[in-house]
Amino acid sequence: MSHHIVELKDVRFCYPDGTEALKGVSFKIFHGESVGITGANGAGKTTLLLTLNGHLLPTAGEISIGDIPLTKKMRQEIRKKVGFVFQNPDDQLFMPTVYEDVAFGPINLGLTPEKVDERVRNALEMVGCIHLMPRPPHRLSEGQKRAVAIASVMAMNPDILVMDEPASNLDPKSRRQLINLLKSFRHSKIIASHDLDMILDVCERCLIIKDGKVVADGPSEEILSNEKLLEENNLELPLSRNHSRLYLRS
Amino acid sequence: MSFDLEYFNLGYLDTLSYKNTFVHRLDPRIKILVSFTFIFFVVSFPKYELSGLMPFFIYPVFLLTAGDIPLRAIAKKVLFISPFAIFVGIFNPLFDTDVLITIFGIPVSGGWISFISIIVKFILTVSTALLLIAVTSFPGICEALERLKLPGIFVVQLLFLYRYLFVLLEETLKILRAREAKSFGKKGKEVKTFIRIISVLLLRSVDRAERIYRAMLSRGFRGEIRVLKTHRLRLQDVFFAAFSVIIFYIFRNFNLVSFIGENLKSSFR
Amino acid sequence: MHMADALLSPVVGGAMWAGTLGTIIYCAKKLKEKMDERMIPLMGVLGAFIFAGQMINFTIPGTGSSGHLGGGMLLAILLGPYAAFLVISSVLIIQALFFADGGLLGLGANIWNLGIYPCFIGYPLIYRMLVRGAKSDKKIMLASLISVVAGLQLGAFSVILETKLSGITELPFSAFVALMQPIHLAIGLVEGFITAGIVIYVRNIRPDIVEDLHGVKVLSSGGSMKKALITLAILAVITGGAFSWFASTYPDGLKWSIEKIYGKPEIPEKVNPVTENLSEIQKKTAILPDYSFPSQGGQEEEKPSWPAVDPGTSLSGLLGGLMVLGLVVIFGLGIKMIRKLGKRHVL
Repeated sequence: MSHHIVELKDVRFCYPDGTEALKGVSFKIFHGESVGITGANGAGKTTLLLTLNGHLLPTAGEISIGDIPLTKKMRQEIRKKVGFVFQNPDDQLFMPTVYEDVAFGPINLGLTPEKVDERVRNALEMVGCIHLMPRPPHRLSEGQKRAVAIASVMAMNPDILVMDEPASNLDPKSRRQLINLLKSFRHSKIIASHDLDMILDVCERCLIIKDGKVVADGPSEEILSNEKLLEENNLELPLSRNHSRLYLRS
Repeated sequence: MSFDLEYFNLGYLDTLSYKNTFVHRLDPRIKILVSFTFIFFVVSFPKYELSGLMPFFIYPVFLLTAGDIPLRAIAKKVLFISPFAIFVGIFNPLFDTDVLITIFGIPVSGGWISFISIIVKFILTVSTALLLIAVTSFPGICEALERLKLPGIFVVQLLFLYRYLFVLLEETLKILRAREAKSFGKKGKEVKTFIRIISVLLLRSVDRAERIYRAMLSRGFRGEIRVLKTHRLRLQDVFFAAFSVIIFYIFRNFNLVSFIGENLKSSFR
Repeated sequence: MHMADALLSPVVGGAMWAGTLGTIIYCAKKLKEKMDERMIPLMGVLGAFIFAGQMINFTIPGTGSSGHLGGGMLLAILLGPYAAFLVISSVLIIQALFFADGGLLGLGANIWNLGIYPCFIGYPLIYRMLVRGAKSDKKIMLASLISVVAGLQLGAFSVILETKLSGITELPFSAFVALMQPIHLAIGLVEGFITAGIVIYVRNIRPDIVEDLHGVKVLSSGGSMKKALITLAILAVITGGAFSWFASTYPDGLKWSIEKIYGKPEIPEKVNPVTENLSEIQKKTAILPDYSFPSQGGQEEEKPSWPAVDPGTSLSGLLGGLMVLGLVVIFGLGIKMIRKLGKRHVL
């Protein structure tokens, strides 16, 4: 059964100061899909992501997440389905200890303390950070912060995972661990990133946003081999595709 | 102290506070109450009191040793802030010159005695404050404050301050290093530059607060934050409290020091 | 200037704590009624901001010495009086714990001295009054300077009162005043200037921050001017009264110190009512025997009956004191040894 779980119809968004960040974005994402969203700086990726969670309400057009239309009233309901991982983990880990941070979501869902504890432990196990439970967030490494931020979102059992630049600032090992972790999730994933190799690795589908519009939508293999398309969007061939450059160097 | 050093000191005490010793495990409420009682007793001594204060060193010494806190760290800090106490206390010997006692034939004025008394009280109280945080994590203190009936809003905001303190200090450090790199010697520390720096930091802080708020909303925040209660009052906490208060009371009200001193004196005869 | 434990008496320290805690509870209540929930992360982050900001130094023009931001008035302007008071308290609490600034008993007094005046006098009564209607840079600068200076003067005077009522230091009242007030006037001018500078700068980029970010109405329109003036008048009477009372009970500063040094004055006729009452309370609660309050200026301090400080027993006091210190050190070393042994068995 693959009915769509996210649908955007001609979504437009204008910031209070007049900048039109989204100029008519439409696409559908299906259950279990992993979709990468990329594009030049300022193309509208982050704005787009913020609409998916109801932080920004479209100035025109419709968004529905799992049959729920996005309106001011339904925002809280949608946030139960959409797990949003922000770009800066420091913004996301605001409680005094890791345990309390991961517990924040489940507590707000109204679960009993036992259930909360179960969710916290499961989520931390999933990301391999169960031993960090009593730690204060400012004593974590970047990679650990990212992992805990993901756990804090997973503890709410969302249907969809939305992530903004998850691999930035990570050392190669941590990045590899993150990629493996993401690949192990069965959830629908929407990942905005410049790390094209990661998108290639994790997402089977890729969208390119340019000037607030979707200019490409298809299998990642295809899109991320299209040199001309990539260059038009301030992007480059991912390293794993970049055989010619490797040869040139030697 | 330069920014770097202060930042480092803050982080150092913070790290110490997460150790796992008997003292660290004591209930934070007890530690706060006992420390306040301690300070109350110390400060209640009359101004010419000196020898009566000595037994009170046992409390900071206990916290230091049982809490595995390096003496150097605390001593350095106490030394660093001492000029203030010295500055204010130094007026005592200047104004109070009636001779109070004679030691081995040398007359000592009341002013000097009260001055030294101030210094000793200072060392006792300041080291206790530092040791309190060194053996109790800040979230622990916040939990204790809430349990001691301080308003929830206040405690939550304390926790947030603490959480983002290190983040903001890092940001400030970067800005200061940039300032240093671009100025040579005195230049760069003018008031106008300072206003710019602080304003930029303020704007960034407000932006950050907005991002945090968004993150909170996206996980279902509806206006209330609950602080986890991890500590429970155990027998050892109660014993520690009772024992401490009793010996403080004894030290304050009974002249142990003179008693010991008299016995020593007579044993030398 | 921070109050230190060593300069406070338990009664004064305790009283200031009571005042501070009462104000914290009051502010929290007020905030709960009217606060926008986005204030919670904002208060914490701005507290961290002020903390970090206080650690940046700048050179004060003309003197070459380095200065630091206080930030009380800035917080009041950004957050409103209730939230600002809570944030100021938090910053001072962390400083008292991690930097031992002033100690735990003095913390109550510090929060009062540095928080009450900017939040509840400087901001609502002076700043907001002056910056009404259209906000211009000049208005902001003037309002900032006056309110900050007023706040700091009141704070400095409070420090003097607290110290004097505690009776630990011998520094004469007038000398203290002559020292503290001018210094804090200078500090106030610099801080007022800087606060205005920040507000003006930020206003251009994000006006929403400075205009009622807190959204909590401090003054209702209309009769507020009258209320403000009445409050100011009452304050003036109180401070003026306190000042003159002190001045009269402690005779001319110089004369007083001379009398102290060279001879005993006659017993003054007037009895200091405040300290007499405090003495009575203290005697009644009687947990602390022999605690004496500063009696009339010029009179001999009530020598404590315990321990008797006379030539005969002073030697035993000294010996005893050293002995006790030695015992304490041995105690500490003992604990260290126990820990080391314990480690081998436990872990």
